[in-house]
Amino acid sequence: MANMKMTKTPMPEQDPKVRARNFKEVTLGYTAEMAIEEANRCLGCKKPMCVQGCPVNVRIPEFIKKVQEGDFKAAYEIITSTNALPALSGRVCPQETQCECRCVRGVKGEPVAIGRLERFVADWYRENINAMPEKVESNGIKVAVVGSGPAGLTCASDLAKKGYKVSVFEALHTAGGVLVYGIPEFRLPKAIVANEVTKLEALGVEVMTNMVIGRVLTIDELFEMGYKAVFVGSGAGLPMFMNIPGESLKGVMSANEYLTRTNLMKAYSEEADTPVIKSKAVAVVGGGNVAMDAARCAMRLGAEHVYVVYRRGEAEMPARLEEQHHAKEEGIEFKTLCNPLKIVGDENGRVCGMECIRMELGEPDASGRRRPIAIEGSEFMLEVDTVIMSLGTSPNPLIRSTTPGLDTNRKGCLIVDENEMTTREGVFAGGDAVTGAATVILAMGAGKKGAEAIDAFLNK
Amino acid sequence: MYKIVHKKELNPSVTLMSIEAPFIARKAKAGQFIIFRVDEMGERIPLTIAGTDPEEGTVTIIFQKVGFSTIALGALNEGDYIQDFVGPLGKPTPVEGKKKVCVVGGGVGCAIALPSATGFKKAGAEVTVIAGFRSKDIVILEDEFKAVADRFIMMTDDGSYGRHGLVTEPLKELLEAGETFDEVLAIGPVPMMKFVAKTTEPYGIHTSVSLNPIMIDGTGMCGGCRVTVGGETKFACVDGPEFDGHKVDFAELMSRNATYRGREAEVTANHTCRIEKMGKELIK
Repeated sequence: MANMKMTKTPMPEQDPKVRARNFKEVTLGYTAEMAIEEANRCLGCKKPMCVQGCPVNVRIPEFIKKVQEGDFKAAYEIITSTNALPALSGRVCPQETQCECRCVRGVKGEPVAIGRLERFVADWYRENINAMPEKVESNGIKVAVVGSGPAGLTCASDLAKKGYKVSVFEALHTAGGVLVYGIPEFRLPKAIVANEVTKLEALGVEVMTNMVIGRVLTIDELFEMGYKAVFVGSGAGLPMFMNIPGESLKGVMSANEYLTRTNLMKAYSEEADTPVIKSKAVAVVGGGNVAMDAARCAMRLGAEHVYVVYRRGEAEMPARLEEQHHAKEEGIEFKTLCNPLKIVGDENGRVCGMECIRMELGEPDASGRRRPIAIEGSEFMLEVDTVIMSLGTSPNPLIRSTTPGLDTNRKGCLIVDENEMTTREGVFAGGDAVTGAATVILAMGAGKKGAEAIDAFLNK
Repeated sequence: MYKIVHKKELNPSVTLMSIEAPFIARKAKAGQFIIFRVDEMGERIPLTIAGTDPEEGTVTIIFQKVGFSTIALGALNEGDYIQDFVGPLGKPTPVEGKKKVCVVGGGVGCAIALPSATGFKKAGAEVTVIAGFRSKDIVILEDEFKAVADRFIMMTDDGSYGRHGLVTEPLKELLEAGETFDEVLAIGPVPMMKFVAKTTEPYGIHTSVSLNPIMIDGTGMCGGCRVTVGGETKFACVDGPEFDGHKVDFAELMSRNATYRGREAEVTANHTCRIEKMGKELIK
């Protein structure tokens, strides 16, 4: 019997006041009963639009049907036939712009909570079965994957399942890329990422950390070592700054630095040696998901006031609505239509304030969003001791500058053809290294496509 | 995990270690650096490479036990392992095409000035080395420098060895006497590098300084190591670590390097050893 409730079955979460001061996961996930109740809202459309919206084409109505029947193991197997990392995508995918926005139940009322169901199934499997995948018979062909973020992990997993001998090269000391250095523990527990890496190793994939490709080995050297194809999923890690006065003061940093200190280096823990600045009042400049993550980390690290400073309006904010909503619940103050002019320091060179100007929206610009225009004479001082720049990132130049024949566009993104192959024969790429900063699921989709293309290339 | 295959105390506060890291040993060039992490909860600390042995597959680092993590590293012994060791990072010293070079090292900075001096020599340059130390008892690598340098000048702050005075004094004398260099490379404490750059500036001699700002990833990702050079923001980890000493904003660098100084002192004073704690819990 279909559940005709207009709204999603709510997912339990930590109380905002409590969670704003801890790093435990915010949302707690469905129980089996809740999952079945929500699964019953799915009408099992003959022509499922949701599947088309998914970058990895998860067979959504099919897995939901298994959840309805309480056969969570079968549901897991259906999901993982196209999506290697459901515990991750169930948590961090923007479902509202991909699968859920196409759900017929969303026409009147809320769509089926596809993301929550995917997460439930993945968590249930990890907690109850967590069988390690079995090694596929090796075809002996070596493929190198550069970067262990969502693109690299997906590509490596798919190639290993096809029998390739895959080595993943990660520059940092822990595998996971943005999943470990960027996305905070309270949105994506690191144990889940580590479990995915363990599964990859069970498939026979060699994961080598502390290997900065472009420095310790070049792409050409990888070929010399016998790798027959290379997939570059090195992400977009280069942070941007505003180039306003005061950005070199103590207390100004990129969101990458703040999040890396907090997440990868675990600076929130007393046990960790890496310090992170203890702030009273923090301004996070920018309006994306990374800005929300940085702001929510700042709150959890004990700041009294955390401001998100964004030059356009709230409607134009690129951050997911859910992230904005969670941030506000936790006490983060939004200063929209507000642009920093300069950062002011005290006699010791530490930040003591940020001068801003109010903005109004004019005509739409090239991005289709209304252009923000400064309101003359509206300058004011925001009293903060920390400024976190979250203005976006661009691809790291390390690989393109050390690999002859690898062409990039004006923004430094690798150019690929319809088969994800770069301008170098046998070198494929995907994820943020190609698109510029985007989402985890798009990177996973690119990793998947890259694996298929590499397989086709090597079987030519 | 990376094995410590050799350890030697060069003076009471400076230690030499050779670490098993064959990939890095094969690739590293003078002027590049590594990042190490002692254990699972450790910081990532950059250190410029003091030497490599590609045959043996080892990388040599020479470090002063000044901060929390260098003290922890110094407490380990031959046969022990460290958690992480990554490199080679940064750009190498451009040693090619120079006829006459002066390398100025200060204190533990001499450890990383040596491979660059050797690099210049191998590339065919005539090399003058000026090495400065606080006093005689902390002098390191004297024989090694003498073996490489065409001219070697030893300076101590207190006059207990070599000439009495700062490294800038003989440099200034040489320049005043009409000596010219294609390149001066200064590696040492920030104030020393600043004054070496000041000394050469009136003579228009290109002067490089090797910077070691606060850093996390070392691959251009965090921007923590940003320095202002000629009015432009540069990342020391990917654009450096060597920069034009006449253009570096040294005051800003010194200020930024002090970002976590208060916290470091606090931690070093209050730290309880994790291994000790683990041991106690095991006994319980």
